[in-house]
This record gives sequence, C-alpha cells and structure tokens, in this order.
Amino acid sequence: MQALLRISGLILLLLLAGVSAALADGAVQSKLATDKYDEIDAGVTALAASGDPQAPAIIAALADGKLSYDPATKGLYYLKGEDLIEGATGNKAGAAPPGLKKVKLNNRVRRAIDAAQGALTLMAPDPATRLSAADAVFKSRDATALPLLEKALAAETDASVRTALERARAAIVFLSPGAAEADRITAAKLIATRGDQDALGLLQSLPDDAPPALRDEAAAGVKSINEGLILWSAAQNLWFGLSLGSVLLLAAIGLAITFGVMGVINMAHGEMVMLGAYTTFVVQQAIRTYAPALFDYSMLLSIPLAFLFAGAVGVLIERTIIRWLYGRPLETLLATWGVSLILQQAVRTLFGPTNQDVGAPAFMTGSFALGGLDITWNRLWIVAFAGLVFAALLFVLRFTRFGLQMRAVTQNRRMASAMGIRTNWVDAMTFGLGSGIAGLAGVALSQIDNVSPNLGTGYIIDSFLVVVFGGVGNLWGTLVGAMTLGIANKLLEPFAGAVLGKIALLVLVILFIQKRPRGLFALKGRAVEQ
Amino acid sequence: MITTRLLADRRGLVFLGILLLLAVALPYCHMGLPETSPFHVPDWVVGLIGKYLCYALLAIALDLVWGYCGILSLGHGAFFALGGYAMGMYLMRQIGPRGQYGDPVLPDFMVFLNWRHLPLTWYGFDFFPYAMLMVLVVPGVLAFVFGWLAFRSRVTGVYLSIITQAMTYALMLAFFRNDMGFGGNNGLTDFKDILGYDITAASTRTVLLVLTIAALALGYLVARFIVTSKLGKVLLGVRDAESRTRFLGYRVEQYKLFVFVVSACMAGVAGALYVPQVGIINPGEFTPANSIEVVIWVAVGGRGTLVGAALGAVLVNLAKTIFTSGIFAPYWLFVLGGLFVVVTLFLPKGVVGTLGQWKARRRPPSEPAKPSKVAEAAAE
Repeated sequence: MQALLRISGLILLLLLAGVSAALADGAVQSKLATDKYDEIDAGVTALAASGDPQAPAIIAALADGKLSYDPATKGLYYLKGEDLIEGATGNKAGAAPPGLKKVKLNNRVRRAIDAAQGALTLMAPDPATRLSAADAVFKSRDATALPLLEKALAAETDASVRTALERARAAIVFLSPGAAEADRITAAKLIATRGDQDALGLLQSLPDDAPPALRDEAAAGVKSINEGLILWSAAQNLWFGLSLGSVLLLAAIGLAITFGVMGVINMAHGEMVMLGAYTTFVVQQAIRTYAPALFDYSMLLSIPLAFLFAGAVGVLIERTIIRWLYGRPLETLLATWGVSLILQQAVRTLFGPTNQDVGAPAFMTGSFALGGLDITWNRLWIVAFAGLVFAALLFVLRFTRFGLQMRAVTQNRRMASAMGIRTNWVDAMTFGLGSGIAGLAGVALSQIDNVSPNLGTGYIIDSFLVVVFGGVGNLWGTLVGAMTLGIANKLLEPFAGAVLGKIALLVLVILFIQKRPRGLFALKGRAVEQ
Repeated sequence: MITTRLLADRRGLVFLGILLLLAVALPYCHMGLPETSPFHVPDWVVGLIGKYLCYALLAIALDLVWGYCGILSLGHGAFFALGGYAMGMYLMRQIGPRGQYGDPVLPDFMVFLNWRHLPLTWYGFDFFPYAMLMVLVVPGVLAFVFGWLAFRSRVTGVYLSIITQAMTYALMLAFFRNDMGFGGNNGLTDFKDILGYDITAASTRTVLLVLTIAALALGYLVARFIVTSKLGKVLLGVRDAESRTRFLGYRVEQYKLFVFVVSACMAGVAGALYVPQVGIINPGEFTPANSIEVVIWVAVGGRGTLVGAALGAVLVNLAKTIFTSGIFAPYWLFVLGGLFVVVTLFLPKGVVGTLGQWKARRRPPSEPAKPSKVAEAAAE
C-alpha cells in the first residue's frame, strides 16, 4: 500500500516536471551523483521512469548503500560482489577512479527508492513479477496508481498479465465516484470475473451512495461469485477426499491381498508400510552422501527397492510364521501383532524414535492453481501413483501366470496342488506381493507423513476398515471403499471437524457392516461361511 | 448342587485357595508386620498386586467371550476404561473444593476450560451407589447396543474383531477431546478420598486390594457358573460350529449377546477397581493396542480355561514390570512381540492348557484318560 503511494507520487512528480522517459542517462546520473538529498531523491524517481536497463541494478545498489560516484566526471559506480561496476554501461570498471564518494541515504531517499522499486515491478522484465505487482494494485485499489497502470497496460504483451492489469484498473475505476457510470458498471463486470474472495470483498465495499444501477451490478457480481466459491470449495473438498482416498488405497491394497485373498489378518501390514518409508529415507541418505546431483531421482530408485525389501521381509514372515497358521485367522492376527511390535522396536533401535527427514524431489514440491483449486504437486503424484499401483496389481492378478496360480490356490488349494501348482511357493509370493505393495505405499507416505517407527500404526485400522467396507477378496471393492471413506471423511470435516468427522465415519462403517456384514462387494456362495 | 458344580474342578479350587490366602496374608504382611520384618509388604507392592488382579479380572472377562463363545473382542479395553471413568468421575466429585482452583463443584479441568455448570453426564456421580451402578451400566449398555447390532446381523470372526477394534479407536478419539467433559488427554487424576477415606492411606489400599481379590473370585465363580451351565454348553456349540447350533434351533445371537454383556460388566468392574489403586484414568486406556494386549494375556495363560486367563494376565504383567525398568527397558517390545509369536506358534493352548494336556498324557493307560471339562473346552 505504502509502496503504491510512492509510485503514485512518482508519477505525479513525473507529470509535473514534464520529464519524459527519453531523458538522457547522463542527466539522470548527474542528479544522483551529488551529496544533496533533494537531487538524489529526484534522481531516483527520474531513473525509475527512464526505463534504463541499468535502473533496477543502480537503485538496488543505492538501497544497499553500495552506490558511489566520481565527483569529477559525475559517473556512477556500484559494487557487485567484489567487482566495481560502471553505472552507465553495466560493465566492469577497469580501475577505481580516485576520490569515489558514496551516494548518501536518508529516509526521504529510502521512500523514493521503495516507490521506484514498486514502479519498476509493474514493468519488470519477468511476467510473474508483473503479475504479482498487478495483483497488489488490485488489492490496494489505490487510485493514484492509475496513470502508471495505464502506462504498463499500453506496454503489456503477456495476456494473463494484461488481464490482471485490466482488473486492477477496473478495481480503481469501480470505486472512484468521478468515473462515468457506464465505465464503473463495466468495471464491476470485469471484477466479478475474478471470482475470488478479494473480488467479493471489493464488490461488497461499494458505498451506499453509489448509483442504483451500479449497486445492482455489484450485487449480481457478489451472487455469482458466491455461487462459484461454493462450487470451488466443494471441488476442493472433493480433491482432498480423492487424495486421502488414494493414500488409503495405497495403504489398504496390500492388505486386500493378504487379508482378502489369503485370509491372513496381517497386523504387521502397517509396519511393512513403515519399512517402505524407511527404505526411502535410507536411499535418500545414501544419495545425499554419495551423489547429491541425483537427489531428484532418489524417489525412482526408492520405489523398486522399497518393494523388494518389504516384499522380502514379507516372504520371510510367511515362511517362518504365517505358514503354520493358515486357516486360523485369529491366530494370524495375534502372531502378526507380535511381529509388528518387534519390527517397530527394531526400527526404533536402529534409527531412533524421532521423525526422520525425507526430502521431496523438485517435481513434488510446490503447488498450482486450477481455477479455484489449490493443488499441491505431491498429492497429485500420490493420486497418480496409487492409480498406477492399482492398475499394475489388477494386471498381475488377471493376466500373468502367477496371478492365475494365486487365484487358483485361493479358490481351491487342494485342487490347485493336484494340478501341479506349488501352493507353498504361491503362498509365499502372494504374501510377499502384499507386503511389497505396502512398501510402495511407504514410499508415497514418506512424502506426506512423518517417517517414524509409529508410521504404520496410524494406518492399520483405516486400512482394515477399507478392506472390510469394500468387501473382502475384491480389488475393486478396495478401490471403491478407499475412495468412499476418503471422500466421506473430507466432506464430513467442514461440518464436524477432523476428529468428530473421523468418529462419525467409524460409527457409520460399524453400522454399515451391520447392514452388509461382508462388505460392499461381498463374495457370494458356499465358500463364504468359512 | 451349584456348589459341587462350581467347585468340582481342582484347578479352580487351587485358584480360589490362592486368592483366599492372598486376601488374608497380604493385609497382615502389609499392615500387621513392622517395616523391618523381612515379610513386610511395602505400599508399592500392594498397589502392583492390586493392578495385576484387576487385569486378571479383565482377562477372565475376555476369556469368557473368546474362550467359550469364540467372540474375539479387540475392544475389551474400552469396557474396562468406561468402568474406570465411572469410578474416576465419582472420585473427582469427592475432591470438592480441594482442587487447584478450589471450585466446590467443578473439577479442575472444567474450571480451566471456563465451564460454568457441571455437564449433565456428571450428575449423580457424587452419589456412590449411583456411580457403582454406572460402572456396570455404562459398559453393559454399550456392549448390549454394539452386540445387538453385530450379532443380529451375523457379523462374526475377523469382521467382529475388526469392528470392536474400530469401536475402541472411536472412543479413544472421542475421549481425547477436551469438550467431551472427561478431562481430555489428561484424563481424571489427583483423587483425594473414597467414601470419606483417604485414598493414599495404607488401610484404604489394603481394603481396595481385598475388594479386588473378592471381585476376582466372584468374577471367576460367575464365569465358571455360566460355562458349566447348560447355557455354557450352548456357548461351546456356538464357538465350535455356529451355523450348526443355529440350525438346531438355538437363538445364537441371544446367547452371544448375554455373555458379551456379562463380560463387559465384569471388565467395567475391573476398571473401576483399577482406577483408585492406580490413581489415574486417561484416554490411553482406549488404545487398540491395550485391548490386543489383553488377548495375549489370555492366550499365554490358556484360552478357555478361566484360571489360565488370570494367570496369564499376572505373568505377562509381571514380565512387563521387570522388563520395562532398568537395563531391559528398550527390549520390552521385543519380549512382548516374541511372546505373541511363540505362544501362537508353540503354545496354542497356553500355559494352563498345555499343562493339562501333558498331565492327561502322563496318566497310566489303564485308567481311561478323562481330561477335565475345562481342558476339553480348551481343546478346539
């Protein structure tokens, strides 16, 4: 706001003094090359208006107290790092002229610098800088910035910056009683197209003595923005729900195999997820130490390693413990709970109980806006990753030899064995597959959750609910279950708050299981009673 | 006739005998002997034994539903905690104006949250009989509603286990909230006295311990009465072949509901006795991990033996006390986890069940092997 006042002051000054942008560099420079504050002040303003390519650098140097002048030649010099730069050309000065004097600063000059830098941003070479400057004008609605806006508009070539500048101008015109009524109505329309909270606030700030036609137009704009905002916030919740659903899907889909297909209640599933996350951490540490340049690829390397490591641990657990307990699901629950405690404690002993820092690669940081949606890259990648994992798993189960054997063993173990399938091997591989997928989930979760020994416990109940809700033994059920629970959770949150929403969801699932004890997509037939 | 049925089992007699011995010897060794005597039992041991025995009662309650009816409840910690909260609320109301803020009616945490009135849920808890009724009613009603919904729609096996787990998880989330009016994550603590007696006094502690022993004995007898009755035989039928029992014409869900509610009330009593002896109740008691740990007590001692469940609770907690202090502390979870694995793999009948089996095998072959009814029940 204050910077804008300075900008406007600058413009006024320019107009009054009749100074044109074509002012010779030398004349501007000689104004700065003095010890009189008045002249320095005017010099800054003139320099900013001159459009000289050196202007930003010189003004920045002045602000930092690094600008000097040669009293003899009136030439400007500034320090850039260790080098002395010639102000007029931007080239390195050969040798420092004797008797260089520093250009002095006082508060008035500092204000002029602030204003000049504001003005320079509206015409900065970088479009993103211009865009944010235009947005700043829109939010401040400072009428005195109008001439500068007009000037920037005339020079603007980038379409989106142009729109932002036009809206900024509209914001000023809309509120200025002196403007023509038709212009103000057009401005109101233009503001409404912005469709966000700022536009809403602006339209609502119209004083009561405004012409009725204008007031109607503003009211219409408020209404349409409100409708748009409700839609966008619903869409945002939906997106959050989808993203939570993907996380649930990743965490639960391995469980759907071990629990749904094999009938093993794997309470150590959450710890497999944790192992995947720790694998990511170890891979990152190794890359940070030995090949920092490859940091962005550490995720790509972690994915197969986490799958293999968690899968191998899964096979080990199956061979040593689970194989003795087939057909006794409650006993697998107890034994794997023990395994989960041991794994947690092992990780705690090795890595310590604190959270480990897992960095995000460049392509997973930041966010972008899609209309009124704010979408972070890491969530988007996780949604995509969950989809990929799901598709790959579906493919393996349906089109590979292993998938065929797995389904055969599930349906009729003895018959499959008689047909020459090594059921033991299939059991081990199936459990390994489920665990490996949990490891993959760990890679993804390391990006959004704390990598600590307790990582897994937070997901185990949710995962079981997803599998039970979706219907055991059905991958599509798991997908629908995860998405339903994720979206329902996020839609409940705005009304009930995070914790109450979660409780409500748990109660709803418990009630739902009363209605459909075998889940959404229940298996039918004789095998069900077992 | 009832007495012969209840006491016919030698193992049970030994168990009751030990309890009687404890009830007599512990108060004497604690109060009657001078502190210099080698047989003197210090305060902290009394508290510890009281805690173990409360856990033993909880384990018997779980064994009643799991060992004899096949309902693996992963939410029994919730009934225990609810009973504990009912007792805790009574004890909070007894503090009166002695709290930090000196409010005669409101407990400290409500004053802290700027509450003006006692919430409706707290009414009547200054009245001891009402509070004791709630110790039974609150877990009982929850078990009734939950069981009625679950058993009627035939949610069985692992599904039931998972939703009981979800139940205790939901309760945990709820009790962690400050606005529930139960003290949020700090729970209820700073108790002063119970029925006018100072809660930290040695005599009060001794009385509480004796009461716990009595409750444990009574809980055992009730459970034993149920499992040896005709109803108990039906429960075994439900456990071993639910659909067959149903086809024989039994209303399976009613049997299950009955035993589930009885068990929940027993767990509530265990929780109510636990709180004054430990001095605190907080939402941590609702964590699913706690409820699962109860299952391992029962499994270690021997599922479907009642006495074994109590023994398992004491043994595991004794091990926990030893391992969570001193140099072993970092390894407790390895021990507990290993216990889960070893017991399920190598001792599926638990300590008591395996002993019974071993004894039956050692008997001379001329005498027909006749394992006790309990061991029969344990052999699945």
